[in-house]
Amino acid sequence: MQRSLYIDADKCTGCLQCEMACSYENEGVFNPAKSRIKVFTFHHEGRFVPYTCTQCDEAWCMAACPVDAITMNRQTGAMEVSEAVCVGCKVCTIACPFGTVNYNQDSGKVIKCDLCGGDPECAKACPTEAITYVDADATGFDKMRAWAAKTDNATAAN
Amino acid sequence: MNHLILGAGPAGVVAAETLRKLEPSASITMLGDEPEPPYSRMAIPYLLRNQIDERGTYLRKQQDYFAARRIETLVERAQAVDVAAKQVRLASGAARSYDKLLVATGSTPITPPIPGLDQPGVTCCWTLEDARKITAAIQPGAKVVLIGAGFIGCIILEALVSAGAKLSVLEMGDRMVPRMLDPTCGRLLQKWCAQKGVTVMTNAVVAAIEARGKRYQVQLKKGAAVAADLVISATGVRANADFLQDSGVTLEHGAVRVDEYMASSAPDLYAAGDVACGKDFSSGEYSVQAIQPTAVEHARIAAHNMHRHRSVKHQGAVLMNVLDTIGLISASYGLWQGVAGGDSSELLDESRFRYICLRFDGERLVGANTLGMTQHIGILRGLIQGRFKLGKWKARLMENPLQLMEAYLAATQG
Ligand SMILES: Cc1cc2nc3c(=O)[nH]c(=O)nc-3n(C[C@H](O)[C@H](O)[C@H](O)COP(=O)(O)OP(=O)(O)OC[C@H]3O[C@@H](n4cnc5c(N)ncnc54)[C@H](O)[C@@H]3O)c2cc1C
Ligand code: SF4
Repeated sequence: MQRSLYIDADKCTGCLQCEMACSYENEGVFNPAKSRIKVFTFHHEGRFVPYTCTQCDEAWCMAACPVDAITMNRQTGAMEVSEAVCVGCKVCTIACPFGTVNYNQDSGKVIKCDLCGGDPECAKACPTEAITYVDADATGFDKMRAWAAKTDNATAAN
Repeated sequence: MNHLILGAGPAGVVAAETLRKLEPSASITMLGDEPEPPYSRMAIPYLLRNQIDERGTYLRKQQDYFAARRIETLVERAQAVDVAAKQVRLASGAARSYDKLLVATGSTPITPPIPGLDQPGVTCCWTLEDARKITAAIQPGAKVVLIGAGFIGCIILEALVSAGAKLSVLEMGDRMVPRMLDPTCGRLLQKWCAQKGVTVMTNAVVAAIEARGKRYQVQLKKGAAVAADLVISATGVRANADFLQDSGVTLEHGAVRVDEYMASSAPDLYAAGDVACGKDFSSGEYSVQAIQPTAVEHARIAAHNMHRHRSVKHQGAVLMNVLDTIGLISASYGLWQGVAGGDSSELLDESRFRYICLRFDGERLVGANTLGMTQHIGILRGLIQGRFKLGKWKARLMENPLQLMEAYLAATQG
């Protein structure tokens, strides 16, 4: 059974533990700026919204990559960037309509959430269960997937 | 079913793969007229920089990838199509029949009317063969003149500098990348290049290229001549549709005019990628975008309709570009020039080379230009393609255009 990150923004307190855990796991530093999950702050509304790649079916990033550097991990369902193959052209960063593939100027490659190979650190670090790692067809996640449909530029006729 | 695909670039390859998934037992043949495995032109700048080898440019890395999927690949040039007989005549003299045909022959650099362009030290930068020629010619310190500071010119600019060339860039327009960046972006980019030691001359029209022994003199219409060991011409591209001239297939802007199903005017003949004049998402009009994301999108949709006609409709491709010019990253989306009566929200930090300009049509985002931005940039596509009504976030974006992610989250999670 594949699992997905399920985000319940109402539970988020904005403590940024997820960003810390992510950057440490993936970049070896406690630096939210290098995190693949981002918590967005809504000052007016006093709300926090953690946000990262939904590993969408469309996989815009994967389709756009000119050198086949992004592939799907069949075990986790995550789209993963191969650092060795990526040339840093950034086409995936503009093709992803969710803004979840980012260019890292230090490495000259792109970074995106890869579900930590099936054991996501952000979910483990979150003290309020705003981020959980659950069965893919559990409720709520479909809502995020539905956005993908909204931005899909091919629609089935009939 | 017998599917024939002309062209082995990203469009051809994605169409072949998609067709194979849809039709496990169909016959699929893909022709390319370059003697290489299917590769990506986009990867050429990284080859010039020696960051990858030729294998690194291949669209699919696994050996026998196509054979394993029973996709027949041939090095052959299509010369003409008989749409009534459903047959393609090849340069080798042979002919191939098809049930469904996909034209994915891409584009070729145009040859501007400059005397002396056909000399050995003058080249384009379009194919792997061109890249080999450039690599061989660039010794550290070699003087290179790049004609054209458009999208392709700027993309290879950095590669040429890092390969050790002493580069001069000549652009006939009044700014860099005039078809992708607004005047502010173009001006900043030029300033950036100057700071990095690369002279970009704008309003510079080349009159002739003259040989001087083993070197060249690039003569401008106004002003001095520039000396060069190698001249690279990057002045735009045109669709490879000449072989369809006498076929009766409707061409527009020199490309194959397709409808929302990627179908041409001829039965069972589809087109995708740089060779297709297809629907633009933002304007609703038909144009040739000649970019990689559009090529693969076209291909996927064309393949679905080759499998079952009118099964998938194209909403139009969002124009998008990203450019890295010696470390300064620029991007453009959709109607980046803005629309009549629409608002714009701009933020400029000249000293840090940072800039963003959002273009609205009423409450909707329809286009953008950015400079120096790398984080969450794709959300611009999400906002444009989702056609979200921004409501109160429009005013917030007018105040601070950097709050894009917040605007998107509010629009989608509300
Ligand atoms: C240096 C460089 C950098 C680029 N960078 C970017 C970038 O950063 N972003 C971006 O979006 N785009 C970029 N592009 C453009 C991008 O490469 C093209 O949009 C893309 O390759 C289009 O794919 P295509 O499959 O339609 O055509 P092509 O890739 O041109 O493939 C066409 C295929 O058709 C074959 N062919 C042509 N004529 C015939 C014939 N008569 N018979 C049989 N076969 C034929 C060719 O051999 C080739 O295999 C760049 C291009 C270059 C050259
Ligand atoms: S930046 Fe890397 S992963 Fe993204 S499209 Fe380019 S090569 Fe592929």
